[in-house]
Amino acid sequence: MGNPNFTQVGRSVPRIDGPLKVKGEAIYTDDMVLPRMAYGKIKRSPYAHAIIKKIDYSKALALPGVLAVITGEDAPNKWGIVPQTANEVALAVGKVRFHNEGVAAVAAIDEETAEAAIDLIEVEYEPLPVLLDPYESIQRANEVKIHDDAPENILHVGDQLFGDPDKAFAECTYVLEKEFHTSYVNHAFLEPHTALASYDVQSGKLQLWSSTQVPHYLHRQLSIVMEMPMNKIRVTLPAIGGGFGGKGEASPADFCAALLSRKTGRPVKVTYERSEVFATNKGRHPCHIKMKIGLDKDGYIQAVDFDNTLDGGAYAGWGIVVMFYTASMIHLPYKVPNARARVRRVYTNKPTCGAMRGLGGVQPRYAMECMLDEMAEMMGISPYELKMKNAVESGYRSVSNLHVPHTEYKKCLQTAVEKSGYLEKHGKLPFGKGIGLAGGYYISGTAYTLYQAYKPHTTVLIRVDTEGGVTVHCAAADIGQGCNTVMAQMAAEALGIRYEDVHVVSGDTELGTFDLGSFASRLTYASGAAIKEAAAEINQKLKEVAAGMVGCRADQLEIKDGRFYSIFEPRKNIEWEKVVDVYTNTVGTLVGTGHFSPPRLKGIDLTRGKRVQGANIGHSPTFGFSCQIWEVDVDLETGKIRVERVTEAGDCGQAVNPMSVDGQVEGSIMFAMGQALYEEMKMDAQGKMINASLHDYKVPTAMELPEINTTIVDSYDPTAPFGVKESGEGPVQPTIPAITNAIYDAIGVRFTDLPITPEKVLQALREKKAR
Amino acid sequence: MKQLIELEINGRIYEIPVSPKDLLVDVIRKKVGLTGTKKGCGQGDCGACTVLIDGEPVLSCITLAIACQGKKITTIEGLVAEDGTLHPIQQSFVDHGAVQCGFCTPGMILTSKALLDKNPQPTETEIKRGIAGNICRCTGYKRIVEAISAAGDTISSGGVK
Repeated sequence: MGNPNFTQVGRSVPRIDGPLKVKGEAIYTDDMVLPRMAYGKIKRSPYAHAIIKKIDYSKALALPGVLAVITGEDAPNKWGIVPQTANEVALAVGKVRFHNEGVAAVAAIDEETAEAAIDLIEVEYEPLPVLLDPYESIQRANEVKIHDDAPENILHVGDQLFGDPDKAFAECTYVLEKEFHTSYVNHAFLEPHTALASYDVQSGKLQLWSSTQVPHYLHRQLSIVMEMPMNKIRVTLPAIGGGFGGKGEASPADFCAALLSRKTGRPVKVTYERSEVFATNKGRHPCHIKMKIGLDKDGYIQAVDFDNTLDGGAYAGWGIVVMFYTASMIHLPYKVPNARARVRRVYTNKPTCGAMRGLGGVQPRYAMECMLDEMAEMMGISPYELKMKNAVESGYRSVSNLHVPHTEYKKCLQTAVEKSGYLEKHGKLPFGKGIGLAGGYYISGTAYTLYQAYKPHTTVLIRVDTEGGVTVHCAAADIGQGCNTVMAQMAAEALGIRYEDVHVVSGDTELGTFDLGSFASRLTYASGAAIKEAAAEINQKLKEVAAGMVGCRADQLEIKDGRFYSIFEPRKNIEWEKVVDVYTNTVGTLVGTGHFSPPRLKGIDLTRGKRVQGANIGHSPTFGFSCQIWEVDVDLETGKIRVERVTEAGDCGQAVNPMSVDGQVEGSIMFAMGQALYEEMKMDAQGKMINASLHDYKVPTAMELPEINTTIVDSYDPTAPFGVKESGEGPVQPTIPAITNAIYDAIGVRFTDLPITPEKVLQALREKKAR
Repeated sequence: MKQLIELEINGRIYEIPVSPKDLLVDVIRKKVGLTGTKKGCGQGDCGACTVLIDGEPVLSCITLAIACQGKKITTIEGLVAEDGTLHPIQQSFVDHGAVQCGFCTPGMILTSKALLDKNPQPTETEIKRGIAGNICRCTGYKRIVEAISAAGDTISSGGVK
């Protein structure tokens, strides 16, 4: 599979951090205790929309053991992962916009005192009407405004046109138009947000340990909110207990810890309760989608019209980016020659939505894969045939100018269909049992930074010497996905040594060199490219020394299995460590650096040669593809859906660590299954979440685990470092539509809103019977 | 009102000042300093705080510390052998890729130990039922179930306790 000459890349090796984690010795932020450390707690609003008239914290401050109290006025600078739309503050200033928004924070000598102090803070509110539905929010915008600078209660509107969809639809033989509604879901990572800040009064430096996936973006936001230069702030990541996008921007825990530390001159730790994780959310946007697809008489897609209203919640967050991603995601993995997207992200008085595993892809993929399933039925062909017919090929350039350098998407469809017996089962199983197919794709990194900059997205520094061996420095964030192990494997491959002999220093803005963070499935590709460049520099310098030692020219040496060999006379060889020893003893420590800048493709309407607003979002150096086939058994008495089997085939390019890839795929499958069948954050009429616990918010447990068969299809992207692509977010894309299509095959009902609960199934069965 | 209690954790007796409302998870993490026990929800829902009390898995975030006097408490730190060798379940989790972010891992491993101590070769369904109270959001459980099954085989064949 992949490149047969690789020895370190392509190996299923245990995680570098595995032993420490199974021993309970890995240190997460909340495990840390510093001398004189104080504990911070946040006072939260009981209203979802209200003016803050007055905050009186004198009683709290008078409580013995309380060290400091802060409110929004202490740090009014606005932050946001997207600087053009930054509208969040560390603590509410003047107004709260969602239930449980933070209004004040306390630092005290222990948690009990901090909690008691929170209750002593008196806040006077003037409640405002609460808008929970995006359509109501738009409708009542004249009367109720969530943000002063958004008169329509809309963050942003996007309108993209590629080709001539109206003309194309008029000529289509098969046209289908449908609406889909996706649910309000949270990442439910197991480690709640936590931050430990230590401000040193003498040097004016701030050290923050945080459970973040984006040390760099957090670093920038801290600089804005704290009004401190970045070079006085250091962000360090201890072990991170999962993120899935939910730690993909700063959190008020970070700011409150930092502000309280500066105010008290002590280290301050803020760790969220589970209810605060739900309250601050940043989960997946509920989308209200209208999609129209047109096929010609032979089943080739001629046009797609996409209309999406995103319920964004109270603040901007990642919103505008997610919105344009949903528009971009209709252009692959099928050839769509004409397309229109009209999208809008609406403010409501709910916890803000943001980035969540496979962001922007999951919702339009649900609509498109379900509709193609239905259109295949209209045509009287198999959904497999329809999808194969329209699937993109290597070298494809979409009408929006997305370039796909390499794809094995058809191989994914073929493999999953063969291994599951889809063609033999589809449409032929007894009532109540069904099989469904869906495909998907995702980006392997982005083309642009979130702020205007054209700097490299990743820098890697490799240090080699006798004392430290080989150390890869890169401020990437291992949030549990295993990038440290993968970086060690790629560095070992490039240097001709073993992965066990490579140290990785990551997750630290001071010790690690620049990296944007863990999101957009970018790290394997981006760090791989930088590692390759840095290793080339190391290899060149070591070869010059080795050449003299073995007695041949430097350009006639190759490095393999920890030795330098003359390519013409392999008996002339020398151990890698000996060369390093000589290099270190003569020249000193050897360093090599590498950078990665993605290809900067732009979103252009190729027919008219015009740039299209927002269409730079969605471009990627390469894309991962996959297909999933789900088999379900619907209990006709209870409406309960039992998943029997999942067959998956994925194109992640060259798998660096196949065991890790399988883990990403299996994790994705169960993660997305939760959104399809069980998970939904529910609010009461006042905007208070009524299921803010892991008891009432139902994530899949081991009892829901079906039989899962995954296949990494043979793939190697020749344009990518080590042939790699993403594997962490693509596999969530096909899950929801594949389940939905399987349910249709089982009971003849096409569900268009999530989650597909037993109640909805029973209701649908009753309606079906009545017809 | 604080009182001094004795807790036996991983075979060692600790004398700890606690108030009657102190939860076991907080006492283990903050007063004893064994931070391998994790707190994911504080409401007894996620299983990350699982410890063994007299061999039974218990959610330490909804257990009062004072109620644990005179009992044998095992935390994840108590599983490694004296010479540093991993317990077969720990080794199996590493080898099978059953660890990603690692936050559920200590609780998951202790729940598995209680299961395998009683039933060294459980069926797949018995394993799933056994760990149903431990949420993992990263792995999708498949590798965890495989790791537990393989560890059971190792323990049965090698007689490791």
